[in-house]
Amino acid sequence: MVAVSSAGQVSERDAPFQLRGNSFTMMVLKVLDPASANFFPALAGKVRQAPNFFRHAPIVLDFDELPDAVAFDVAAFVGRVREQYLLPIGFHGGPAAVQEQSLACGLVPMPTGRAAKLELARPVDSSGQPVAPPPEPVFRPALVVTEPVRSGTQLYAQGTDLIVTASVSHGAEVLADGNIHVYGALRGRALAGISGDSGARIFCQSLEAEVVSIAGLYRVSEDLDPSLLKKAVQIRLDDGFLHIALL
Amino acid sequence: MGKIIVMTSGKGGVGKTTSSAAFATGLALRGFKTVVIDFDVGLRNLDLVMGCERRVVFDFINVINGEAKLNQALIKDKRVDNLYILPTSQTRDKDALTKEGVERILNELCKEFDYIVCDSPAGIERGALMSLYFADHAIIVTNPEVSSVRDSDRILGVLSAKSRRAEQGMEPVTQQLLLTRYDPERVEKGEMLKVDDVLEILAIPLLGVIPESQAVLRASNIGMPVILDENSNAGQAYLDAVGRFLGEDVEHRFTTVQKKGLFSRLLRRSA
Repeated sequence: MVAVSSAGQVSERDAPFQLRGNSFTMMVLKVLDPASANFFPALAGKVRQAPNFFRHAPIVLDFDELPDAVAFDVAAFVGRVREQYLLPIGFHGGPAAVQEQSLACGLVPMPTGRAAKLELARPVDSSGQPVAPPPEPVFRPALVVTEPVRSGTQLYAQGTDLIVTASVSHGAEVLADGNIHVYGALRGRALAGISGDSGARIFCQSLEAEVVSIAGLYRVSEDLDPSLLKKAVQIRLDDGFLHIALL
Repeated sequence: MGKIIVMTSGKGGVGKTTSSAAFATGLALRGFKTVVIDFDVGLRNLDLVMGCERRVVFDFINVINGEAKLNQALIKDKRVDNLYILPTSQTRDKDALTKEGVERILNELCKEFDYIVCDSPAGIERGALMSLYFADHAIIVTNPEVSSVRDSDRILGVLSAKSRRAEQGMEPVTQQLLLTRYDPERVEKGEMLKVDDVLEILAIPLLGVIPESQAVLRASNIGMPVILDENSNAGQAYLDAVGRFLGEDVEHRFTTVQKKGLFSRLLRRSA
């Protein structure tokens, strides 16, 4: 007889698997002009800059900005992306024909977080009157960490800011849906705005990071301006570029 | 009630066994009843460093498996009163360490001893986890070079997440740094990390700096804890570290290059 808990579930210990929610950071390849002869040479060049970072990285293909009338063989395109050791696993947006082909290739439709939210912001009821806006999101206090974030640990401030009043070690990873503050040296990886908030920022007292990223746009330590290293900086997104400035 | 100390590092070859042997001996010299346990199942070394390899009959794993009594496996040191060694098995592997077995033996030892020093194997797998799980104090053994420092940082993360004190929400394991194989001359040339560099990254209190010394290898080869070589820098540094561990305020030594000053030159001339 299988033990059944009050919630009607099979007891966790007996289950042959565990089902859990998790969130992962993924890169998005925004496809603007797939027909360009320069597309794959440019992509290969990008991958060559940080081969270890890109190798077998799962990516989402963003077709949002493709023109409606585009003639586009998704399967062939995915094949060529794979040649760069990138693994397309999903797509989002795009003309209907492109979406159909993408599904046929086994790509998963990813929710278009931002756009969907904007549409939902002012729904209209059957009589054409705007319904009341949804309640303001409940305030979520920042996740405050006072101990050093050690190598090998991952910290995620879900739906809020992350404040670390110590250092983040090499090989540690800090993630937040909001801003990240490090009142110490940032030596590991810091990814802010991972659910797409491009207004998120990263602040640290000493920039020595392996990777910094805001809303999916990242920079590896090799690409950091040497004059900013070990300095107090803030990192923000502007015009689609990461800006790193002294504090 | 005895206190459990784990000597750990993540990285191999940094001096965990040397430090375990020295530290346990130092505590016993101060009059505390001390036992040092080898957790490196399959790579039995502690008994060699302690010079008791020819007296090993039963080991830690035999006791865990109920094949021998604890008192049959404990080896009394011939040089220092109050000092005992619990050697490990050379023929088994780390899977022989069960959490229940280790807990039972540590509980038994805690009743009889003041300090239990656990010599952790390298890595962050079962052997290392078992050696640190029950710890009250952790001594992190680190060499002044980047890979050792990073591995130490990793093991500090493991301590604050996977130890019994962390899991049960008790007061955290105290953590102290023992910087070993420190060579001030090479530090001055920029070939090694400075004490301050290491402290900045690891951000834990400094228990001691053990200078690179030929005495360490010499002592290991004859099966004598280097702390008993009181004429060596390394031996003195371990004695200092034990004092600091016991709460004494001892100034750090051997961290700078010893320059021959005018005074010592004059002395030599007159001699």
